[in-house]
Amino acid sequence: MAKGFDIRRQTGFATIAMACFVILYLPIVLLVVYSFNAGTSVAIWEGFSWRWYVSAWDNDQVQAATVRSLVIAFWATLIATTCAVLAALATTRQGSFRGYTLIFAMINQPLMVPEIVTAVALLIFFAMIKVATGYTGLFYLIIAHSAFCLPFAYMPIRARLQGMDLSLEHAAMDLYGTPWRVFRRVTLPQLWPGILAGAMLAFVISLDDVVITEFVKSAGQDTLPTYMLGQLRRVVTPEVNAISTALLAISVVMVMGFFFLSRTKK
Amino acid sequence: MSDAAATRTARSRWLLLAPALAVLIFAASGPLLIVLVYSFLTPGDYGGILWEFSTDAWFNVVFEQDFFTEEVTLADAHLSIFWRSIKLSLLTAFLTFVFGFPTAYFIATRPKDKRDIWMLLIIIPFWTNLLIRTFAIMELIRAEGAINSVLLALGIIDEPIQMLFTEFAILLGMAYVYLPLMVLPIYASLERFDFTLVEAGYDLYASRWRVLRKVIFPLAKPGVIAGSILVFVPSLGAYVTPRVLGGGKQLMLGNLIELQFGAGRNWPLGAALSLTLLAIVMVALILYVRAAGNEEVRHG
Repeated sequence: MAKGFDIRRQTGFATIAMACFVILYLPIVLLVVYSFNAGTSVAIWEGFSWRWYVSAWDNDQVQAATVRSLVIAFWATLIATTCAVLAALATTRQGSFRGYTLIFAMINQPLMVPEIVTAVALLIFFAMIKVATGYTGLFYLIIAHSAFCLPFAYMPIRARLQGMDLSLEHAAMDLYGTPWRVFRRVTLPQLWPGILAGAMLAFVISLDDVVITEFVKSAGQDTLPTYMLGQLRRVVTPEVNAISTALLAISVVMVMGFFFLSRTKK
Repeated sequence: MSDAAATRTARSRWLLLAPALAVLIFAASGPLLIVLVYSFLTPGDYGGILWEFSTDAWFNVVFEQDFFTEEVTLADAHLSIFWRSIKLSLLTAFLTFVFGFPTAYFIATRPKDKRDIWMLLIIIPFWTNLLIRTFAIMELIRAEGAINSVLLALGIIDEPIQMLFTEFAILLGMAYVYLPLMVLPIYASLERFDFTLVEAGYDLYASRWRVLRKVIFPLAKPGVIAGSILVFVPSLGAYVTPRVLGGGKQLMLGNLIELQFGAGRNWPLGAALSLTLLAIVMVALILYVRAAGNEEVRHG
């Protein structure tokens, strides 16, 4: 075809697309850059400094919130991923069954129901339990996070299971492998990338949650995001930028990991 | 399969599902039912509820009754918040479409091995913390923020433009954080697009604009509908973005709901408002499923 006329080209589309990428990244890049600002401004550059990272690191509240965020994310990821693996095995291996649609809807509920509604529901329900039992520990946050992380862990695991060749499992069973042995020696090794991908998504989702945590937490149970939201009422210092940058770095590493894990096809 | 074997499969299936169902019933589906119960109770004086049946909460979603004259009027404050939420969510969907469609098209027309990298650039912001992205927008549009600083330095304006804490700020923020949700499904529908159809269009002397409107757009429509729903639904229930960028002055539904559990101390009203929001979302989802179904029938 003549070079002059590219049938795929649409006037202005490439420009808008480039504008889109700039708009997507410019605010984040500015935020990261100003986290290294020596001054207190988030707009006027006064030279490079680690000052805000040091001050965030020395802040007891930030330290406690970081530990809490990581503890919650760790347990929620573990619970959500374990449940997701078992549920994915049950929903992909034996064809469709009665109640499948309902279960699918339940697993995906956190994706469809607005977060604020779930947050309100959990606030009400957990308030009842807190009154009845007197227990106000981290369990509520962990179980709430497990529930909304479940669909994110479930999807890549299910996708992996569906794309898997069943003949290996059949062969193992023909060779008198017990179900557990077949799962551990044949299914699990193939499923591993899916599990890892699902766990990474769950971890990121848990670490980033604001709304549900804000409603479910008891006094003094701030995670990093809710701590940052609470700081808003005061003057915004680059300290928040420094915390944001650290969180961003974790997310980006996890997402890149997820991307390359799910891209390597079988 | 023998009956015994079938029973065994069924039992193992439910055993495998049990942990997931337990977590979900305890911390997702179950509590939703309690919200329904609460919406029919009487508010307690200091938050919480009294176990007395009442339909006041549902009544108060759209109406209010004067305390002294007992005159019933529409609750203007609530209705204006409903209207703002719906208006801003529709505008967000529109804005993300205007920017998202060309972007998705651009990516879909790149060489095959490059598309993944372009898509990764769209996905990374999507998986980064929503609160942080909202902060980033806030710092951009503050009075002392980057935009105002640049405009002031260039002498285009004499004093900073107030952008923060306006509806515009919320719209900008939501469009920014939900843009990837528009690009992803449109890209999915354009990715396998058969460009010989476009070629046929040009052979028949169609202009670029006509090809876009009559050939490309109709085939991308399922993606556009999916993207619009994916953007509209979280926008409608947005809480963080309007709180940070609206600064408590421009409330949206999510903030109105939160208010009932804080200063408002009206848990049943908060429950009824939550379920109203949920109902609107469900209607949008059902309309989407219908629209998607029709598209499939039409295109076989």
